[in-house]
Formats: sequence, structure tokens, C-alpha cells
Amino acid sequence: MKIRAQIAMVLNLDKCIGCHTCSVTCKNVWTSREGMEYAWFNNVETKPGIGYPKDWENQDRWNGGWRRKRNGKIEPRIGSKWRVLANIFANPDLPEIDDYYEPFTFDYEHLQTAPELSAFPTARPRSLITGERMEKIEWGPNWEEILGTEFAKRSKDYNFEGIQKEIYGQFENTFMMYLPRLCEHCLNPACVAACPSGAIYKREEDGIVLIDQDKCRGWRMCVSGCPYKKIYYNWSSGKSEKCIFCYPRIEAGQPTVCSETCVGRIRYLGVVLYDADRIEQAASAPNEQDLYQAQLDVFLNPHDEAVIAQARADGIADNWLEAARRSPVYKMAMDWKVAFPLHPEYRTLPMVWYVPPLSPIQSASAAGKIGHDGAMPDVRSLRIPLKYLANLLTAGKEEPVALGLERMLAMRAYMRAKTVDGVIDEAIAKRVGLTSLAIEDMYQIMAIANYEDRFVIPSAHREIHEDAYDLRGSCGFSFGNGCSGGTTETNLFGTPKGGNKRAKTPMEVV
Amino acid sequence: MRELINYIVFGWYPYFCLTTFLVGSWLRFDREQYTWRSGSSQLLRRRQLTWGSNLFHVGVLVIFVGHFGGLLTPIWIFEALGISYGLKQWIAIGVGGVAGMIAFIGMSLLVHRRLFDSRVRKTSSFGDIAILLILYVQLILGMSTIFVSLQHLDGQEVVKFMTWAQGILTLQPDISSVIADVHPLFKLHLFLGMTIFLVFPFTRLVHIWSAPIWYVGRRGYQVVRTRRNGKVAAEWPR
Repeated sequence: MKIRAQIAMVLNLDKCIGCHTCSVTCKNVWTSREGMEYAWFNNVETKPGIGYPKDWENQDRWNGGWRRKRNGKIEPRIGSKWRVLANIFANPDLPEIDDYYEPFTFDYEHLQTAPELSAFPTARPRSLITGERMEKIEWGPNWEEILGTEFAKRSKDYNFEGIQKEIYGQFENTFMMYLPRLCEHCLNPACVAACPSGAIYKREEDGIVLIDQDKCRGWRMCVSGCPYKKIYYNWSSGKSEKCIFCYPRIEAGQPTVCSETCVGRIRYLGVVLYDADRIEQAASAPNEQDLYQAQLDVFLNPHDEAVIAQARADGIADNWLEAARRSPVYKMAMDWKVAFPLHPEYRTLPMVWYVPPLSPIQSASAAGKIGHDGAMPDVRSLRIPLKYLANLLTAGKEEPVALGLERMLAMRAYMRAKTVDGVIDEAIAKRVGLTSLAIEDMYQIMAIANYEDRFVIPSAHREIHEDAYDLRGSCGFSFGNGCSGGTTETNLFGTPKGGNKRAKTPMEVV
Repeated sequence: MRELINYIVFGWYPYFCLTTFLVGSWLRFDREQYTWRSGSSQLLRRRQLTWGSNLFHVGVLVIFVGHFGGLLTPIWIFEALGISYGLKQWIAIGVGGVAGMIAFIGMSLLVHRRLFDSRVRKTSSFGDIAILLILYVQLILGMSTIFVSLQHLDGQEVVKFMTWAQGILTLQPDISSVIADVHPLFKLHLFLGMTIFLVFPFTRLVHIWSAPIWYVGRRGYQVVRTRRNGKVAAEWPR
């Protein structure tokens, strides 16, 4: 047993209102730079939809994640090491920028400088890559917002697999949900495995997966390897970049920017202890539907004395162990089993988990039946098909998702009985395999969601591995090139790509 | 005067280029590693790159190995193996010609893409375009020397180049006189070749140093780094 700790995240989709505050604050902090205009470390998709980049869940097309070979070993789906090297000159599995979208801005200045015209002046779009006029925007970030495309297009969503999807094209049966996505900081990251330079690594202390910007050579295999398509190639710097889980904030015990600014308070951050020796075995589970359980088995109980002793021996500090015991992530994933990994079938053992959303009861008659006696509706009659959620979260296995949804409904029923009728209905809790104590805790953490309950983040022990005396007056966060901001002024090795040739926007319409 | 120019270009310039090549690469790796990359533009435009890049790289790698082995293998090894100068020249013409054609097709695609695809053109630096055109010209020069070579099939010219290249690397004084009388096309090819070494550290060519062949030897797949126990960025495969 080799115990490591990771700061993991849970997103409660039941409360996500799709406001994109997470995406925008993340963008403003991390990717509002040349070369990264198209990249969203965090984005919110409306499901069903093909997503961003287009069709990212279709691994028959993109070959992301891992594949289990006949001999029971796993290898990246893009191929063995030899195959990766053979494809290095032109990567056959790399999306083109149009699969994300061509980034654009508008000629805002024209609105101020236009001469007197017979028609209103307009700010027309302009490409942020070429600086040229774009006559028509064909695709953009979040193009499918709130089912913005026709059913024929969004029904290509891979999660419709095994579902008679035609009826969901009818207005009466249509459904939607929001899916905020970021890097999963996997236990078995395929991007790390695919990187020929060895520039991507997982941090032992907190599990954050990072790209060493100095060592990255731009072979762009990680972009293909990651099944979530959450690594972005910066065409300006020639390096790949990804969500860094706001590690400077995490180290200081603060939540990530996306979590901090979430107005729906849907995000949770907490420590999960896991057994690093069991990762490979768990990721190699023969049946894809067992991968969810296999990953649960990798997690360790922070209350177990043997685990605590071993964790201390493996160098995990006491404030981390204390945080692990209070971890909202552990509670939702392990104690209550209401949170699930996103697409466990990719075999990456992702560490950003999701609480599936409840949805209205489909038929009005069914709705009439419930209510008086506090009986809970069958989760199979919810508007969002159970199979769809299962395809998203448990490789198609419906039972765990059904139980999770039932427990959330039970929490509502229990609290309704308690606050409206003044009755403690232990039977409701028992029916879903919980105690009333557990349900009250669930209510406190998932419904009330106080700041200190959502974010239980132990600060990193920098004092152990850094000498603050040496760090005086140094430059803090930078792009790995000394104190420079990543774009160097004219120097021996050339100006930044593009130089001054590119049209600057906003600009006058030509 | 001719001798002086010959001496400067083939006796002195090689050392200037090689020194810049080595010291420049080292300095850039040490000081500016953030700029050390292959500079792929595949994300912006896939069209023409799949064929262009694959053909170009395969062709150029064969040519590179051919030049390296052909020029720097000591002459006595060929004699020991019983390969006559003429046969060696025929091998060079055959292998080099085929690889050259492959590289030429690939490169033509890449040059077209680089110059006429607006996404690629607008995001290219001066160096990106310049190095591509230099390599293109060099390839065409190299291919056209084949026609000169076909005029004299005894392999004596080849030996001159081998003597010169090995003389440069073994610091022989006045070695430039060996190739004083070769065809100007060869001289142009040699000069441009040395110039490529000269500009190498200042262009995206540095990615050649980083060809990730070590990847095949990596044990396991995962990389974990820690700063614990005073080790900064220790890493090991899981």
C-alpha cells in the first residue's frame, strides 16, 4: 500500500444553472492570451449536445483514453509507444481548431469612428488567428447553449447510446442539463502516458496534473491522449496547456477560481486518500461497467487507523489527514454514493466527480400520485433518462445512478417531513440505506452548502521543501521562462510568433 | 583571391557555423527553454500537413543519415568492406535521389501551405518561413548535384568531400584546398548546408535535438513528481 492524497472535486449538477461564471472567471485568469483564445480550461456544455470540441466523447473518432489489450494490460488508445512515435510528424488523432471554433473578436472601434452612414454602423467579426474578416461565424464556444441546435445535430451526443432517442426530439419529451467540464486530474492520466517528452506529470502531494512548460516540445500527443479533450495546444507558444487546478491557490488553502466564483455553490473540494499501488489494477478492470466500483476501491477510508498510520509513514501531514476526514468529496463519493466519475470507461480514473441532476417527473399523472404519502417517485420516470445519466457517469450501469438519485429525493422528502410536518421520518432514510443522521449531514453539505463545508483544503507544506529565504523577491507565478510573462521581447531567439504583422483588434474596418 | 575565398568559406566558416550551432543550442536550452519546441501548426490546418510533414520528415531523415554516414565514415572502412568509390557514389545517388524526391514532394506541400494558407502564414514567424525556404533551396541544390555527379562516376569527387568533412572535424589545417576545384553547385550546397548549422539554434530546428526516442524506453506510463524530502522535482515512472 502506497498512500497518496489528492484534492478532488465534486460538481453537484442538480444545482448548476448554467451561468458560465466558472468559465468566464477561469478564462479571465488563465487563458486570455494569444494562442489560447480558443481554449477553455473550464467550459459548461448543455447536454444533450456534441460538446466542445465537437464530438469529444466519441473515442472511436478521437482515440482518447486507454484500451485494454487481450493480455489484460492497458495502453493508450492512440497506440503503443512505437505507434505514438511513428505518428509524431502528423498526428492522425488531433482535432483541428475548427473542431473547437475559430476564435474571433469584433471591430468595436468602428462603432466609435464610423462616419455618418445611412445605416447603423456594426461591429463585424474578425478572426483572432489571421486577423481577417470572418463573414459568418459557424461555430463558437457553447454554440449549443440551452439546446441551441436542432435535435438531429445534438442527438449525435454519444450518451444516447442504447437509448431510443427519437422520442426525445419531441417537444414534450425534450430534456437538458448542464455539464461543466474541466481537467479531471486523473489517477491514471492518459495525457501523461502519451507525452513522449515526459513533460506532463502528476504531483505526488496533491494529485494535480501539470505540464512542464519548459520540457514540453509540442509533440501534441497529449491532446489526443486525453479523452476529455482538456489539453489545449497553444499555437502561439507551441506548447500544450491545461487546467492547473489553480494550484497556487490550492497550495495556499484556497479553492480554485471556478469553485470560488460558482454562484450556484455547486462545487466541492476536498482531500481523497488513495492507494497508488492499486491504480493500474483498477484501471485494467475487464468489464467497463466495473470501473466505477474499481475506482471506489482505490480510495481509502480516512477514519481507518491502519490507513492513518500508513499515510503518516508515506509522508502525509496531519492537517491533510484531518481534512480527509472532513472531506465533502469523500462523503459524497464514498459515504453517500451520490457522486460519480465522468466516463469511467475511459479508464483514466478521473478525480472530478458529478452528482447527477434530478429532473421533473415525466407524466402529470405520475406527479399526482406522489406527494401526500411522501412516497418517492420512481427515478426511472424522471425527465432525464436514467440510461443517459448512466452512460455519462457509470459506463451505462444504471443501478448506482438510480440509488444516488433516490438518495437525493429521499433527502428532499425527509427534510420536507421534518420542516413542514415536523416529523422525523426515519423510514425514508432507511429505505435508501441511510440513517437520519447521514441525511441531515447530506442536507447540510449538499443543500445548505456553506463555504467552509464545500471547501476543505489543507494548505501545502511549502516550508518543508522550499527555503523562503531563497524565494525573497523572486517572480512568483510565471511561464517557466524566468520572470517573463511567456512572451519575450525581441531577443536572440526571435520575436514571438506573429510579431507585429497580425492585424490588431479592435481596428478599423478595411 | 579565389584561394582566399575558398579558404574562408571551407576552412574557416565551418568552424564558425559549428561553434554557433553548439554554443547557441546550449545557450538556448539553458536560458530560453520555453521557446524550445517543434512549432507544429497542425492544429490550425491539417490539410496538406499529413502528407507533407510525413513525406518531408521521412525523406529528410534518410538524407540526414546518408550524409552523416557517407561523409563521416572513415574511408578505410569502405575499402575494408570492398566497396569501391564508384559503388559508393551510386548508392549515394540512388538512396539520396529517392529520399530526395520523397522529401521534395513533402516539402512542396509544406511550402505551399506555409506561404498560401492564411492561418499558417499569419501565425508564422520570419524564422519559420525562412528556414523552410532555406531547406527547400538546399534540397533542390542537393538534388541538382546528382546531374553533376553523373558526369564523373569514378567516385573521386565523393572522396574529396569525405576527406574535407573528416578533415574539418579532426581539425586538419588547410583542408579546404581539397575541394577547391569541385563544381560550383557542390560548393553552393556545402555553403548553404553550413549556413543551416549556423541558423539552427535560432529557429524551430532545435526540436531535432529533442527527438523523443527515449519515450520507447520509459518504464511504465505514468510520471509522478514530488518535492518531498528536499528533492525538487524528483520523478519516476510508476
